[in-house]
Amino acid sequence: MKPFELVQATSAEEAVKATTEVRDAKLKAAGVDLLDEMKAFVTSPGRVVNLLKIKEMRGIVASKAGTEIGALTTLAEVASHADIAGGYAALAEAAREVATPEVRNMATVGGNLCQRPRCWYYRLPVYTCLKKGGNTCYAIEGDNKYHAVFETGKCPIAHPSNLAPALMVFDARLHIAGSAEEIAVADFFSMKDIKRENVLAHGDVIKKVVLPVTKMTSAYRETREKQSFDWALTSAAVGLELDGKTCKKARVVLGAVAPVPLRRPEVEKLLEGKEVTAALAEEAGAKAAEGATPLSMNKYKVKLIKAVVRRAIVAAAGLKGD
Amino acid sequence: MARKVKTKWGIEGQVKEVEVSIPDADVDPWGMDADLKVVGKRHRRVGGDLVVTGRAKYTFDINLPGMLWGKILRSPYAHAEISSIDLSKAKAMAGVKAVVARIRKGEHVHYAGQDVAAVAAESEEIAAEAARAIEVEYKRLPHCVTCEDSMKDDAPTVVEGDKNVTGGRRPGREEDVEGALKESAATIEATYSTPVQTHSPLESHGVVVRWDSDTSMTCWASTQGTDAVRGQLAQAFKLKRANVRVITDFMGGGFGAKLSPGPFGLVAAEMARETGKPVKIMLDREEEHLATGNRPSSIQKVRAGILADGTLNAWSNEAHGTPGVGGFFGVPSPYIYKFKAVNVKSRSVRTNAGSSCAMRAPGHPEASFATELAVDELCAKAGLDPLEVRRKNDKHAVRQREYEIGAEKIGWKHRPKTGSQTGRVRRGMGLASSRWGTNHVPGSEVQVVAYNDGSLELQSCVQDIGTGTKTVLALIAAEEFGVKPSDIKITIGDTNFPIGPMSGGSVTASSMGPAVRLACAAVKKEVFEQAAGELGAKPEELVCADGRVVVAADPTKSMTWKKAIGLLGGERLTRTGKRFEDYKGFNDEVGGVQFAEVEVDTETGEIRPLKIVAVHDCGRIVNRPGAESQVIGGVIMGLSYGLFEERRMDRQLGMMVNPDFLWYKIAGPMDMPEIEPVLLEMANGKNNVGMYSLGEPPCIPTAGALACAVLNAIGKPVRSLPMTPDRVLEALES
Repeated sequence: MKPFELVQATSAEEAVKATTEVRDAKLKAAGVDLLDEMKAFVTSPGRVVNLLKIKEMRGIVASKAGTEIGALTTLAEVASHADIAGGYAALAEAAREVATPEVRNMATVGGNLCQRPRCWYYRLPVYTCLKKGGNTCYAIEGDNKYHAVFETGKCPIAHPSNLAPALMVFDARLHIAGSAEEIAVADFFSMKDIKRENVLAHGDVIKKVVLPVTKMTSAYRETREKQSFDWALTSAAVGLELDGKTCKKARVVLGAVAPVPLRRPEVEKLLEGKEVTAALAEEAGAKAAEGATPLSMNKYKVKLIKAVVRRAIVAAAGLKGD
Repeated sequence: MARKVKTKWGIEGQVKEVEVSIPDADVDPWGMDADLKVVGKRHRRVGGDLVVTGRAKYTFDINLPGMLWGKILRSPYAHAEISSIDLSKAKAMAGVKAVVARIRKGEHVHYAGQDVAAVAAESEEIAAEAARAIEVEYKRLPHCVTCEDSMKDDAPTVVEGDKNVTGGRRPGREEDVEGALKESAATIEATYSTPVQTHSPLESHGVVVRWDSDTSMTCWASTQGTDAVRGQLAQAFKLKRANVRVITDFMGGGFGAKLSPGPFGLVAAEMARETGKPVKIMLDREEEHLATGNRPSSIQKVRAGILADGTLNAWSNEAHGTPGVGGFFGVPSPYIYKFKAVNVKSRSVRTNAGSSCAMRAPGHPEASFATELAVDELCAKAGLDPLEVRRKNDKHAVRQREYEIGAEKIGWKHRPKTGSQTGRVRRGMGLASSRWGTNHVPGSEVQVVAYNDGSLELQSCVQDIGTGTKTVLALIAAEEFGVKPSDIKITIGDTNFPIGPMSGGSVTASSMGPAVRLACAAVKKEVFEQAAGELGAKPEELVCADGRVVVAADPTKSMTWKKAIGLLGGERLTRTGKRFEDYKGFNDEVGGVQFAEVEVDTETGEIRPLKIVAVHDCGRIVNRPGAESQVIGGVIMGLSYGLFEERRMDRQLGMMVNPDFLWYKIAGPMDMPEIEPVLLEMANGKNNVGMYSLGEPPCIPTAGALACAVLNAIGKPVRSLPMTPDRVLEALES
């Protein structure tokens, strides 16, 4: 990697300032992703602004109004926190499935949401792809086994965040320092600017994630190739507000199948007002896969969507079997 | 001159006494019933404490005063002409001490990852920066990175002056196979494919080179062959072999790709000479994947037939695969089992990708996978039991016993009928076999140094690549001298000492073990001659036991080893043992059989291996946990090959898109089934210890056994490795 200046921020506001005053500055939390990118020369910031010393951005606080998770809270803390596991099971489960114990002990909530795509064409410097200012997407004609099956027209990255689908289930809000104060997680992810995967402006810092109180029971399921240290091939976070066995409200969000976490309102409509059974879960899985436009090498992902959605519904509803 | 001795050989339960002819100067072989106190028991690894506490010094850990770090600039293109190469910016950087081009203007690079230039600098970071500062203009040329592209009639030439496709000799007659297929009760026609597998040793390739004078150098190398590295360095720099010393104390794994200094080693030596300072180059993981060799891919178009009585009747295999820009593709097909009519055609297809090289049992896992799965497809069609069909078509005595042991341990009788399950998660069992030669390197040497304070040391240039060679040597010497293994100092992996074999072909332990006995015997002979008089016995009546020299028939008469060695006078006695050729023995082929049980989730295509029983034979077991560990390691590697590993090439720019461990997937702890290694109790009577090869065989049958188990579970064959969820789901739909 190229030499860089390291700035140790002691507050979010200080981090914003240190980042915005230099054009090629990058924010760093644990650095799990950023350092990989720097070592591969995918990005070579002249200044790295370290957030890890900002104490008030760590930790989980539960109150009657909801639960706040500091952006620097580690995935391991999220996975094992009793309030998260109790009230927001899908989030705890999603955190638990990430990478390895070593990574979970370091990686942060904010970093998980802001990590860059794992598309190999993006990660290999020789490919000047759309995200790097080029005029070609190499995945569309090339090896797209692990890419998106929805919204595949332009830059079919598969969004890599495990936490994002779960946070969307709970209508989480992000508190930001910088150009905005607060944003709903549902509005956060966007590929409007093809070079980015979210709406943060340069220098914006996610301070915390706020989870409103919820009546939903929830679950997160993913499939992958390896059980040790692997990325999800597909994932689904499901939240169900149940009245007896009847679904009053549903949230179904897919991960790793589109450039952004993908909410599936059609599936939610299908579930709402009905008694949740294994058969309905099956039907919902099939519905979730509808409209997919897989690429040359990833048709299998469409089948996997059915599986993860079905399983997440079964688990969220507490039905027998899986 | 030869002499005849009686020994016992065979498999447990079928042992017989035979007369073997052995060299006059050899020691009497340890037969099946040899009374051994140390050998064959469970021992801790020599140096294991240093490894687990981080004190073992690998090549990576060698840092010398004034040492420079080297870094190699590699081609980003699969095929290109060098239009210009300008080193000046790199040379001008502070801290940079040497910059050398590895290719000239007008020459071609033939794969992405080929070395173009190298730098040596005061730190690793400066070296990496400087390598990037080298300005190279490439004129891109058309490339082929897949067999399909390279085999097209109008394909661009992969390597100038070389044909893209070579081979294709058909030794058999296709008419015979046609006839045999017609008379078969069941036939199949199917294409099996296996991926390019790259080497993934924990310690990457690398060297530290120091010139000790204008005409001599020392090289620390992560290598499987200290003496081979010495020879090649001496040749490249026109040095006397005597003036090149190569050291490999601890080594972090090698599977066939570490048999030479490599281009990186030569350029490190060149830059060390130029700068007058030691230079270290350790490759990173990306370089490992791109440029250090690999196992070729294979595409095997098979037609096969079986008779109703289970006789394997016909086998035709039209195979090809890519060894990249160098090396060759070949498969020993059909594997293990005897088919009545056979015809195999094999073609090697050049592609603009990193060259193949030896990789743990070259050709065998590829051949095994296709053969085993094809046999099971035939069995499924003909309604035959795969175990019985193997027993019928494989006459090997060792494997015959291993089939019994493995079937019992996996619970073969509970194997479901293929395709009979309908649940979402289905279970299945499969088996596959391995063979290997009783390879050894005659002339391998080790010397014993017996010091006058009683201490003992073994010395050889042979390297321990992580397989436990040091332990094997220590145990055999401890047995001979009647001392604890920890009482023997092991100093190996240094070309200052007698020649040992290169660790390739599963020869190391079996080449060195018998030499250790001979070296020990030579020392004991001289000591016993001196001690005999004092003990009132003849030299041949003496033995070593519990640190003493003892009269075998009257243990009250003894003296300490220290006293006995002192009788010789002088400070130390050094004697060398040299490996003889193997005797004509009981068995010329090492045999193994593995049974796998898996669970397949038909909704997600995920395969969960539940259990693998790996029954292998290595002749005499010297250190039981070490041998078991070899088997377990082989199974892990075979499983990873069967389920996860695959080099993926992008046809657009000709790059490997997964040169890392995130997308080049190797098995991790959570992917492991229960692995039960079973070492067959047997004596082969082929050398004075009775040991032979174990390194390579255990990685051969695992992928095939898993594939057969998957077929049994879901009723559909997954004919492409790795058996990832996409392929399993595709098979289920077929």
